Amino acid sequence: MNFFERISPENKPILIALLFVGVIVMAGTAYTLSTQGTAPMLSPPYLLQQLQIGSFLGICAAGMMIVILLGHIDLSIPWTLTAAAMMATTVGGYWAIPTGLAVGLIVGLFNGFGVAYLRIPSMIFTLGVDSVMRGLMVAHTGGFAPQTEATPLMRVLAAEKFLGIPVAIFVWAFISVIVAIILTRTGFGRSIYATGAKERASYLSGIRTRAVVIGAFVCSGLCAAAAGVLLAGYSNNAYQGMGNAYLLPSIAAVVLGGTHILGGRGRYLGTLVGVILIVFLNSVLSIMQMPEAYRQIIYGCVIIGMLLVYGRGQRVTS
Amino acid sequence: MINRLGHFINQNRGFVGAVLMFTVLFVSYQMLHPRGFSTAVLIQNSNESVAIAFVAMAQTIPVLIGGLDLSVGAVMTLANCIASVVVNGTPGQMLLGMVFTLACGTMFGLMNGLIVVYGRIQPIIATLATGAIAIGLALIIRPSPGGNIDGDLNWAVTNAVFDFAETYGLADDGNAAWLQPFANIPVPLIILLVVGLGVWLPFKRTVTGRTIYAIGSSEGAAYMSGLPIARAKIAAFTLAGFFASCGGLYLAVQTSSGNADVTQAGAYTLNSIAAVVLGGTSLLGGIGGAVGSLIGAMILRVISFYFRILSIDPLLQPLIEGVVLLTAVSLGALRTLRVKNTLELFR
Repeated sequence: MNFFERISPENKPILIALLFVGVIVMAGTAYTLSTQGTAPMLSPPYLLQQLQIGSFLGICAAGMMIVILLGHIDLSIPWTLTAAAMMATTVGGYWAIPTGLAVGLIVGLFNGFGVAYLRIPSMIFTLGVDSVMRGLMVAHTGGFAPQTEATPLMRVLAAEKFLGIPVAIFVWAFISVIVAIILTRTGFGRSIYATGAKERASYLSGIRTRAVVIGAFVCSGLCAAAAGVLLAGYSNNAYQGMGNAYLLPSIAAVVLGGTHILGGRGRYLGTLVGVILIVFLNSVLSIMQMPEAYRQIIYGCVIIGMLLVYGRGQRVTS
Repeated sequence: MINRLGHFINQNRGFVGAVLMFTVLFVSYQMLHPRGFSTAVLIQNSNESVAIAFVAMAQTIPVLIGGLDLSVGAVMTLANCIASVVVNGTPGQMLLGMVFTLACGTMFGLMNGLIVVYGRIQPIIATLATGAIAIGLALIIRPSPGGNIDGDLNWAVTNAVFDFAETYGLADDGNAAWLQPFANIPVPLIILLVVGLGVWLPFKRTVTGRTIYAIGSSEGAAYMSGLPIARAKIAAFTLAGFFASCGGLYLAVQTSSGNADVTQAGAYTLNSIAAVVLGGTSLLGGIGGAVGSLIGAMILRVISFYFRILSIDPLLQPLIEGVVLLTAVSLGALRTLRVKNTLELFR
């Protein structure tokens, strides 16, 4: 029995993705060694800086994963993130971060209500919520980047360093631990897996599936809001469309990490590896000064290639 | 007869609702418009609806098999960029260029289908990736917006039938008596209906077309009935590629240029999903059709037309658009009131 057959199907994607991260780093190092004679990719400060930039995506992906585990999807992340950032900088002071998170909470509750009680497919309901949030923010800011600035605390959380490690990484790690505990050690977490696998069966076995769906969307909204608050702290202010770059990569990260897009299967560790994979892929491509066009093509090919290795579904035969 | 009509309405609630909604919105828009019901307004309206209508029809077919095509906007953009390069020269060359554009989009759709069927990757994530590839290709073809598409062609297809005939010296420069009943119909509307319905309605009646519906209802049952599942899935994505490239080609001719705009591609994809749902197609698959999505796309467009004639603060427009979209899709919640067994609500 060889090594690959012994690891469980849940861990296989994680291992392969991790191997691929190694391949990416090696390729990037080989490139810089041959062109500049240095290996910046292997230096700890560079890796930490990449992880700092990746923490925003990582936090979004954590929330997205909880929703995807249910077999749903949250397309409202871009403008939830932006709205949280804008409201946080507008309010300012001690209430900045609570206000930002409150935006995420409200959006999450609303999304959950629409999906759980109105039974509108999440794909379209969250899309509608996203455009409503965009409308609210355009009305609020007049379509310009708001002049308000991030509070000192937001800046510390996003841009400062503690013990030589960016604080943003600690925030990401903190949220990761919470999400991992929720998913593996709490009843809510087990209900998420059960509801994602078969909602009807979960309902019949006494799980309050509607509450579970609402809870999951609240988690996703809170994560997006946290990412927005951090991102505003990182760039010192909020701006229009700041969340647009996080939607599709966070879905890709979750799926590359082995979480099934139809729900019910996946480990949080996988999402973490998926995020690191995407962040490193991006950084290698920028070291190579790859034009945007080829970057998109490579990005697409990597997703397809990885999924062909371990993401293949079963044929439906009955 | 009335019985059959009642039967049709009962079986196509979503579609009938969409038609009613569109009629009410459109007629009241025309009545509010100072120059309502005139050819100029109609031409303008239909010009702005063609691209999104084609993309919405493209989205419908993968949705019918219970999947989703997140690459439709990107394929449209790719076709738009290809067309901006190849559609010029003599009329023959232009025709060849158009065929080439549509062939490229169709091939891209075919590739999507092959990846989904033989790669066995979930459609939503496979097309997310191929969408990135399509955008990349579009950026290679056209790094900056531009292109020169024949001005005559642009004029001919974005105006009424009369102008089309006049441009190419057909039917006595458009003055022939037999042409008069049609002279004021916008050409874009004709293109949309002829290509859209001409391809979709016959296709729907083939075994492959019926299989698409069967897969959406129950893939297992379709398999056990011996239906050609692989062929139908590949056909669904191929046809999606074809319709998306029709949209891109029209956009290229309409704007006389190509533009590899990532944001625009994303917006078209998301709007296409909204249009599909508004048109009465179920995102779970098996119910609906491309004609409904055509109507759904027009509903989306009409809503934005209203802002031109009503004096609404421009800053509030995105908000109103969003609220209207959310309200419209929330009407689907009425379904939950008719459910007799709560279990039917859960999948």
